[in-house]
Amino acid sequence: MYAAEFDYHKASSVAEAIQMLGQYPDAKLLAGGHSLLPMLKMRLANPTALIDIGGISELKGITVNDGTVTIGALTTHQEIAASQDIQNACMVVAEAAEGIGDPQVRNRGTIGGNVVHSDPASDWPTVLTALNARFVIQGPGGITHRATRTVNASDFFKGLFETDLKENEVLTAIEVPRLNSNQLAEYAKMAHPASFYAVVGASVVITVENDRCTAASIAVGGMVPNPIRASSVESALVGQQLNAESVRAAADLVANDLSGSLMGDFYASADYRKAMAAVETRHALMHAIGLAHH
Amino acid sequence: MTSRIFGSGIRRREDPRLITGQATYTDDIKLQHMAYAAIKRSPHAHARIRSVDTSAALSAPGVVAVYTGADTDGVLNPIPCAWVVPDSDVKTVPHPAIAKDVVRYVGDAVAVVVAESRYQAEDAIDLINVDYETLPAVVNPEAAMQDGAPQLHEDAPNNQAFHWVASGGDTDAAFSSAEVVVRETIIQQKLIPNAIEPRSAVATWLSATGELTLWSSSQNPHICRFVTFLVTGVPEHKIRVIAPEVGGGFGSKTPIYADEMIACFCSMRLGRPVKWTETRSENYQATIHGRDHVEYVELAATREGKITGLRTKVYAAMGAYLSTAATGIPTILHGLIYAGTYDIPNVKADIYGVFTTTTPVDLYRGAGRPEATFLLERLVNLLADELGLDPVEVRRRNLIPKFEDGHDVAMGITYDSGDYELTLDMALEHVNYQQLREEQARLRESNQYMGIGVTCYCEICGLGPSQVAHAVGFGAGLWESATIRFHPTGTVNIFVGTSPHGQGEETTFAQILSDELGVAVDDIEVIHGDTDTTPQGWGTYGSRTTAVGGVAVALAARKIRDKGKALAAHLLEAAEADIEYEDGKFFVRGSPDQSKTIQDIALMANLAYDMPEGMEPGLEASAFYDPPNFTYPFGTHVAVVMVDPENGHIELRSYLAVDDCGPQINPVIVAGQVHGGVVQGAGQALWEGAVYDDNGQLLTGSMMDYALPRAHMLPDIETLSTVTPSPHNPLGVKGIGETGTIASTITIYNAVLDALKPLGVTHLDMPLTSEKVWRAIHQRG
Amino acid sequence: MAKIPISMTINGKVHQAEVDPRLLLVHFIREDVGLTGTKIGCDTSQCGACVVMMNGSTVKSCTCLAVQADGADIMTIEGLATDGNLHPIQEAFWDNHGLQCGYCTAGMIMTSVELLQRNPHPTSDQVRAGLEGNLCRCTGYQNIVKSVLAAAEKMGG
Repeated sequence: MYAAEFDYHKASSVAEAIQMLGQYPDAKLLAGGHSLLPMLKMRLANPTALIDIGGISELKGITVNDGTVTIGALTTHQEIAASQDIQNACMVVAEAAEGIGDPQVRNRGTIGGNVVHSDPASDWPTVLTALNARFVIQGPGGITHRATRTVNASDFFKGLFETDLKENEVLTAIEVPRLNSNQLAEYAKMAHPASFYAVVGASVVITVENDRCTAASIAVGGMVPNPIRASSVESALVGQQLNAESVRAAADLVANDLSGSLMGDFYASADYRKAMAAVETRHALMHAIGLAHH
Repeated sequence: MTSRIFGSGIRRREDPRLITGQATYTDDIKLQHMAYAAIKRSPHAHARIRSVDTSAALSAPGVVAVYTGADTDGVLNPIPCAWVVPDSDVKTVPHPAIAKDVVRYVGDAVAVVVAESRYQAEDAIDLINVDYETLPAVVNPEAAMQDGAPQLHEDAPNNQAFHWVASGGDTDAAFSSAEVVVRETIIQQKLIPNAIEPRSAVATWLSATGELTLWSSSQNPHICRFVTFLVTGVPEHKIRVIAPEVGGGFGSKTPIYADEMIACFCSMRLGRPVKWTETRSENYQATIHGRDHVEYVELAATREGKITGLRTKVYAAMGAYLSTAATGIPTILHGLIYAGTYDIPNVKADIYGVFTTTTPVDLYRGAGRPEATFLLERLVNLLADELGLDPVEVRRRNLIPKFEDGHDVAMGITYDSGDYELTLDMALEHVNYQQLREEQARLRESNQYMGIGVTCYCEICGLGPSQVAHAVGFGAGLWESATIRFHPTGTVNIFVGTSPHGQGEETTFAQILSDELGVAVDDIEVIHGDTDTTPQGWGTYGSRTTAVGGVAVALAARKIRDKGKALAAHLLEAAEADIEYEDGKFFVRGSPDQSKTIQDIALMANLAYDMPEGMEPGLEASAFYDPPNFTYPFGTHVAVVMVDPENGHIELRSYLAVDDCGPQINPVIVAGQVHGGVVQGAGQALWEGAVYDDNGQLLTGSMMDYALPRAHMLPDIETLSTVTPSPHNPLGVKGIGETGTIASTITIYNAVLDALKPLGVTHLDMPLTSEKVWRAIHQRG
Repeated sequence: MAKIPISMTINGKVHQAEVDPRLLLVHFIREDVGLTGTKIGCDTSQCGACVVMMNGSTVKSCTCLAVQADGADIMTIEGLATDGNLHPIQEAFWDNHGLQCGYCTAGMIMTSVELLQRNPHPTSDQVRAGLEGNLCRCTGYQNIVKSVLAAAEKMGG
């Protein structure tokens, strides 16, 4: 397939990218291109210009501070999967990266490019929501907003293909809280056999003290426009001793959190996805607490 | 004595160019002054064209020309259907290359743009404005035949494309007196073949000489030439069709499509080479699909499990038009083989071909035979369930006993040879069937669901005797040809009319010749795919290339040997009757020292200064082989699956294929054909299926939605074989290209249903997606 | 739309051109440079026929603009053999009947090169997982997996 024509501008810094966004109102940012180029080829998106931010080094790389892992927006899924720092600080992020697409998609696709697309079938939104990740956004500054702002995951993913990113803003990094030794995290998904996208994804982060769950953060995605926190499951887990029975009972409550606009298609109906949300939530929990293995 | 080359798994001779990127496929061809075509396709399944406005497209950058149906109407003849099954009231409705009045499926061509670059052609496509009056669509073939259904063609009331009935014995009597009858409704879902190489055509017209050259990703360049004559009117001897490297076909590159005829038209109009290559999205819409039946099938039997009758009523979708071989698939290639490996005295097929507002349906790997094998083997399992017998036991009670030289079946065909029990025994022993059943019982106790599927199949392929082809309405011969030409240095070219595209005949044909004449395989090149340089032949499909074309090679080699004998006798000053041949040497009986090698003979025949009186110079021979019968390969396949009731996931745990295709020329290639075939059949069972909405929109329009088997979804396929030669061809060989697909879909399906038996599930529609399995288990309708 | 000057090294040779921004890398390689060993099989980054090596890691060249490869070091199937000697993976595909029609083969081989770089001693399951981005319709993958395992053995890790 063949994209329609567009102009091409290469930005060498975030500041320049922001300036270019102001200069070319209809432009789109090009990172790895794995979300954008298919849209262009199918002529589902027809921007007049692309601003290539792929060469901006300040947007790349992984740094670990005391409590936070900062992942540059242009870091590829492969770099995340292979990062020893991430494996040490937050294994679930490395594992989720390893499960995205295929090797070539992981080599080129970036975490920033993925999340700004806010595709409900992507893995990152669900994983990052459960982890309470923060999204670092840089803009031109001005009367309405600061030049740099940070948004929580639950506020960043606003809807179907919709984020909190405003005009002329650039996502620069994602901050993931480092997991403590008493925190367990897992992501489980049912992948579509053709696209590998998540039909249903469930991401769990649980804190365990003296064999009991003291906190839980659980997000499900795939069947909803943007990830939903499974608060019923979370509150059912807190205070519980974690075993197959308590996990099953809690996971089954996920349906309570999935009210409203459930999505389905000819491959997997909304009903099925709803049922599978409980299954995948349970799988994630069981893996997290070591009662099941990959 | 060195080991025999026939039967040796040598490395393929075609591989070096393929593993280095040096092979030339059609889209790799770039000619001077070449322009690029892109085809504007209907976004509607059914619509009347009110007008087509091409003005904006014509003035777009780089655009050379835009043509519509008004331009091709009366210039290009309709795309013909080459298989018109007799006594079936076939409606050969006109299929214009570019639609002028009505479009009948999403993807029907409405215009073509020719531009200086492909990008420019695509840009201009978007600028063509077609005003449509949409008409109602109908995608289900049974629904399409009901009164009041949308009508596709004036000449085909109720969308009936044909009605074919065939029977043997007295089926109705068998059913009315049956002790047991089992019935099933089977949906053979529509499949998208998905050769990884998209179709492509490069056409170039020389107006001065009136010569048309067409490079086409075709499985049968000679048929393509013939049809190109029919459509363009350019005489056959002025048309050269070249199928260069072809990247898989699986039947989908057998038909002759509107697209390559449009490329020819454009080149003839413009006097410059024109290339057209489909995108994958176009491939999904405009390359033929396979299967697409709604079947009502039933089996009659005694309480002891002896099958007495088989009866079907089938609605087979043809799609919007009759593609090249469409009518032969649900009839000849389907109904005639209904009885499979079983002795069933009464068989009846009642088949309706039906037009629907979908992509045309034609040959897709197995074509008709996977559907036949599916319904038979499904019914046998249902019979076993009904009688409380093991499905293997029911099969045993009905297998045709071993035969070596012909067995007549109720449908009026004669199987060539078979030893069905042999492959069944081998398969059961290899998988340790009894132990598997015990494991299954154990697992069920802990709510784990394992299933076993066992299929006995035989199929009809190696197409086929030309007389039969004519009798069943196929508009082409089905013989094959080979010309063997020895060069003075003793190296050889074989020119063949078949057109392999992955099956490895450059290797196996060389092995046949090497075996016949003692020439090293490295001294042989097999030339195929170019109508100007190869002898007439009918192409590669229906598992016929080796069983028909390979035999032609052997027969031509034997002519060479005969001439070699005569020439050797002359050179050795011996009587021809005293000359013996072995391993590439002609020698005087009793005096092996007095000998001439085939290379000596080739040199002398080419230099020709010392030839026997009256012998022509040169060492070249052609043979044309028309087989007296089809070939009937057979075997037993066993699948083991695990089903997870919690989410409906199916894991294909193991798969064994025991096949008998007679003597194997190259067992490594045979195994490769089986692997690929089995996986394609697994695709139908588990993942693949074209999904349309009620408006005829293809929802599985890309590889993002249409799930193809991938490496990580599959186990290793085990292959074993037995050897029962075909009695009617000199090599004893049978086809093997389609057996895997023919057997594996039902083998896996039956395994899944076997797993689900304790949960009360007796029917599922394919593909067996997780949700369908889960729903069946949880009965959430 | 303004053309963009680009320069990249393909199989050790520098290629410079002015290209449309929308030109895909695979079209640049096939049409402009004329290296047709890299294939196009789909529109959606699903089939892997177009896989090439870019700066040492594999990419689907149908999902990359030529301008994005400006300055890159590209290797295609044509650049894999050295001094006329087949790469061990090419050799293994030949030895193990790892191809039939050959159309997916360039992508399969390029993917396998990276797979064995990252994991010199893979299991059969790891090879299958590593090939998940490449479609083959002929072989059922079995002999491709066998080829990669054989190459791993031969390359000694």
